[in-house]
Amino acid sequence: MKAPVSWIREYVALPDDLSVDDLTAKLTMLGLKLESITTPADAITGPLVVGKVLTIDKEPQKNGKVISWCTVDVGDANGTGEPQGIICGAHNFEVGDLVVVCLPGAVLPGNFEISARKTYGHISAGMICSERELGLGDDHAGIIVLPADAGAPGTDAFDVLGLDDPVIEFEINPDRAYALSLRGIAREAALGFGVPFTDPADREAPAPNGDGYSVIVDDPVGCPVFAARLVTGFDPTAPTPGWMAKRLEQAGMRSISLAVDITNYVMLELGRPIHGYDADKLAGPLRIRRAEQGESLVTLDGARRTLSPQDLVVTDDSGPIGLGGVMGGDATEMSEKSTRILVEAAHWDATSMFRTGKRHRVTSEAGKRNERGVDPQVVAVAADRVVELLVELGGATADAGVTLVGEAPAQPVTRIDYDLPARITGMAIESEDVVSILQAVGCRVDADADGVDVTPPSWRPDITDPYDLVEEVARVVGYDHVPSVLPPAPSGRGYTQAQKLRRRVGLTLAGAGFTELITYPFVGVADWEKLGFAEDDARRQTLWMANPLNAEEPQLTTTLLPGILRALGRNVGRGNDDVALFEHSLVFLPSGTESAPILGVERRPTEEEWAAITKAVPNQPLHLAVAIAGQRESAGWWGDGRVAGWSDAIGAVRDVARTLGVDLTVRAAAVAPWHPGRCAELRVGNAVIGYAGELHPKVCQAYGLPARSAAAEVDLEVLIEHAVEVVAGPRFSSYPVAKEDVALLVDASVPAADVEAALRDGAGELLEAIRLFDVYTGDQVGEGKKSLAFALRFRAPDRTLKEGEAAAARDAAIAVAAQATGAVQR
Amino acid sequence: MSGPNSEYDPVEVTPLRADQVEAMRDAALAAISDAADLDALKQVRIDHTGDRSPLALAKREIGALPPQARKEAGQRVGQARGAVNKALGERQGVLEAEHEERMLVTETVDVTLPTDRSQRGARHPITTLSERLTDIFVAMGWEVAEGPWVEAEWLNFDALNMGEDHPARTMQDTFWLEPSKAALVLRTHTSPVQARTMLTREPPIYVVCPGRVYRTDEIDATHSPVFHQIEGLVVDKGITMAHLKGSLDHMTEAMFGEGISTRFRPSYFPFTEPSAEMDMVCFVCRGENSEDCRTCRGEGWIELGGCGVVNPRVLISCGIDPEVYTGFAFGFGIDRMLMFRHNVADLRDVFEGDVRFAQPFGVEI
Ligand SMILES: [Zn+2]
Repeated sequence: MKAPVSWIREYVALPDDLSVDDLTAKLTMLGLKLESITTPADAITGPLVVGKVLTIDKEPQKNGKVISWCTVDVGDANGTGEPQGIICGAHNFEVGDLVVVCLPGAVLPGNFEISARKTYGHISAGMICSERELGLGDDHAGIIVLPADAGAPGTDAFDVLGLDDPVIEFEINPDRAYALSLRGIAREAALGFGVPFTDPADREAPAPNGDGYSVIVDDPVGCPVFAARLVTGFDPTAPTPGWMAKRLEQAGMRSISLAVDITNYVMLELGRPIHGYDADKLAGPLRIRRAEQGESLVTLDGARRTLSPQDLVVTDDSGPIGLGGVMGGDATEMSEKSTRILVEAAHWDATSMFRTGKRHRVTSEAGKRNERGVDPQVVAVAADRVVELLVELGGATADAGVTLVGEAPAQPVTRIDYDLPARITGMAIESEDVVSILQAVGCRVDADADGVDVTPPSWRPDITDPYDLVEEVARVVGYDHVPSVLPPAPSGRGYTQAQKLRRRVGLTLAGAGFTELITYPFVGVADWEKLGFAEDDARRQTLWMANPLNAEEPQLTTTLLPGILRALGRNVGRGNDDVALFEHSLVFLPSGTESAPILGVERRPTEEEWAAITKAVPNQPLHLAVAIAGQRESAGWWGDGRVAGWSDAIGAVRDVARTLGVDLTVRAAAVAPWHPGRCAELRVGNAVIGYAGELHPKVCQAYGLPARSAAAEVDLEVLIEHAVEVVAGPRFSSYPVAKEDVALLVDASVPAADVEAALRDGAGELLEAIRLFDVYTGDQVGEGKKSLAFALRFRAPDRTLKEGEAAAARDAAIAVAAQATGAVQR
Repeated sequence: MSGPNSEYDPVEVTPLRADQVEAMRDAALAAISDAADLDALKQVRIDHTGDRSPLALAKREIGALPPQARKEAGQRVGQARGAVNKALGERQGVLEAEHEERMLVTETVDVTLPTDRSQRGARHPITTLSERLTDIFVAMGWEVAEGPWVEAEWLNFDALNMGEDHPARTMQDTFWLEPSKAALVLRTHTSPVQARTMLTREPPIYVVCPGRVYRTDEIDATHSPVFHQIEGLVVDKGITMAHLKGSLDHMTEAMFGEGISTRFRPSYFPFTEPSAEMDMVCFVCRGENSEDCRTCRGEGWIELGGCGVVNPRVLISCGIDPEVYTGFAFGFGIDRMLMFRHNVADLRDVFEGDVRFAQPFGVEI
């Protein structure tokens, strides 16, 4: 909402020396959020004058453009009194029009200096200005054509355009719809500075009579009040006066025609949207009702709209002629020939306006106000104000008939105790302040010993609850008076174990050289194809968005792999050759068929209702993914580097498991998107928590990754659930260790983990540790075989091992390994 | 050389004369101090303390003396040998130290060589900033509450006093899930966690809820369809807006330093009444000399987010008696705070996953 300061001042006796900054600061603290203050003159240096177009020569150019070579009378402003020759690209003006001329030497917004220059074969000495060039708006479709009474050629245009008048733009919150009018903003200014307010709606409208245009309201809930007034003999050629055009422009609206401008002006002034019909196009009485199934309407914007039985429509004998309160119809629109005008001012049900606007995707200045709630007492007076202006400025005659159907609904009474504002805000507020502030806001207050019964003013439909009144009192006392007090310290239990462990997982991976990232969860079929997921892969079963940002990515991901692999590819593509990434994030698993109930809000849900909600919310487990490409260890003066591979992906998960104190079991698996021979299934107990390994070559290719890139994804929630709670204190022996190395030959297909398990099993209690330190394949062991070298450490808890004891245990271990895995000692 | 003498009469044995012993000792000491390195000293040790050294030979002669002379001669030789051994030990120490010093010099390396064998890792600054914020509240005794990202429509809107026709519902561009009768959304704010907390815990409630939220904004330098909020909720007896201000002032001071307090401006949110927007004093210019401050664009204040007293309607739908309890809530954007606190210019960098973004932040923020 844009409000010129001069217009605000018209209704409030503000001190003359009040700065616009002080005004907006006060209004901000009352709840009118400042968006911007614009004083166009600040960015413009003259000469900027009124000019009268004397001649226009249209000159087509080789590039297809047609330019206008104009001569313009600028009075004596150019020092010579001779007409000024100016080239102009716009065509929305005629000979005789008054325009805004910027003469050489002027500077326009953006430090744009105007000088006489040769162009299109002429000397163009200045510029005919558009709104945008003057910083007044975005409209650059045409130049500004001033009203005929704007001033003589050569008149300084700053005042004509109101360039010195600051315009304040407010962002109006839904609960302050009354401030979508100058009336409302001025009232707040009066409240803020404690100065008198002149209500522009304070006028006596003529009493309704039976002679007015016939109006039948079938739906008084949807349309509680409807006023109609007829004017005749309106001069459609009458120009909009300069003062009105200027204010409309300042408020961000274009001047269109006098009749339309008047309806817009009154809407800005009083907040009440007005509709004007060409009365000659109306057939029979107006009827306000809900639309019938199958009805349609072409609205002012030319769109044909199929109506819903929930839409409120204005009809005549021809059917619907307007989407009540939202947008008028095309067929009965006022035109440049209209002389009989029926003025409609009506109060509409806000919820219905909101739904209709949403249903038809219409946003209009009228709809914006009607759906937030307009003062229901300002209906007849708004119609009367329009009639007054049509008569005064357009030479019309007001018809004696006055139609007014219905009356404004009564405002609900809300009670608060005197101490409530203080109890809620923590500010010291006396009973008398509560009363006087609520009265100043416009409420009717019936006070008794304990509190007040408050009837809010008609323009405040938002005030329905005691706490709404608290806010009214608080904002007038001033939020800056709220003291700063720490609440009593609760005895919190700190972070949960899961929250602490999540942080440790992040630190572990960062410490291991992985960099965390956050990706979007939006995916589509292309991602599953790139990952090589089979058609029946469960991970393709997802939740879907009804309104995705990108039609190609309408699904919510079940796996972190698409995001992390895309990011890995992006890094590689940008020359970050050696990358190790991790992400921990929720994934979205498809829910059952249950819908989440929409419950009431007047009480707490029952246990069953709450269970229904929690059941309908899909399972969203916390996953962890890592992805690696390039070198895991760099080459340097110390020697060669090491290229990352499958073991680094598994190793990362192992690091995490170690941090959590979880025993992880690793087995071979073949799952997309991994290399079928280099993929590990990761288990905790019997639960498969995820997979890790080298990515399938096709997947590397699809994501632009170097060969051998690796990744892992696990269910971090399960890992954390299994985290060790209490570590048992170790017991260890201080007797000497006996070391034995074993080299075993097995089939290449035998997992080393199995051999190790067998050795462990056979070595008995003296075994302290076992470690695989070498794997050899090649000529010396023969085709299809591999040699595994283990280092075994033996120690007794209570004595020094006897000669040969360790060797015996080693041999026992080998024997079990031989039996279990076919291992042969080398 | 004389044999052992058991006779009473002393026999004069030349090498045991005082001047002779002193000469032997001095010769040894001179040789020791002349030894230039450990090898030379080793030879000196053999020459002057070995079996065939003059002092060793002299010692052997002591037995040949008459008993009454043995003691004096023994002392004399013993003292000389002691002095020599001591000097040897000292010299050994000096030469060893010199030797070691020379050895270490030869082992000198260029310690300025790079040591970056492995890559550096980092946590995402959104994660660490979020933790830093929750740490402040946890230190005050609050707890951290969390909730799902796909959320029931009722919890995201209705329970928070945003019914179907609430204008605020259109202010938040919501991702809806299919089918629409499922009544599920990607949560548009962290506020449903408030409702969940009130529905699953008894007051007193002191929680902070950080998390990811979703709105249908196309990504650009300052917008993202995925972003992060942190929300605070307190429900207890006798809670007022003053406690809200106190908690926020504490947070901004802990985060940005002493004197960085907040201010309230009246605003509107369906779930709070009275509602306020909160600003914090610009931590760069501290509200002074603010004309050319790029962080606050000359305002002296930085917009933080929204807050207010929990609307009794919300308490009622979550089963808390507003006659007994009052509460406050606040929420603000973590991504936005990351941008102004760390001078991050483009929100796209936060979500693209380029490692060059997160790495400079390390593991703490
Ligand atoms: Zn600043």
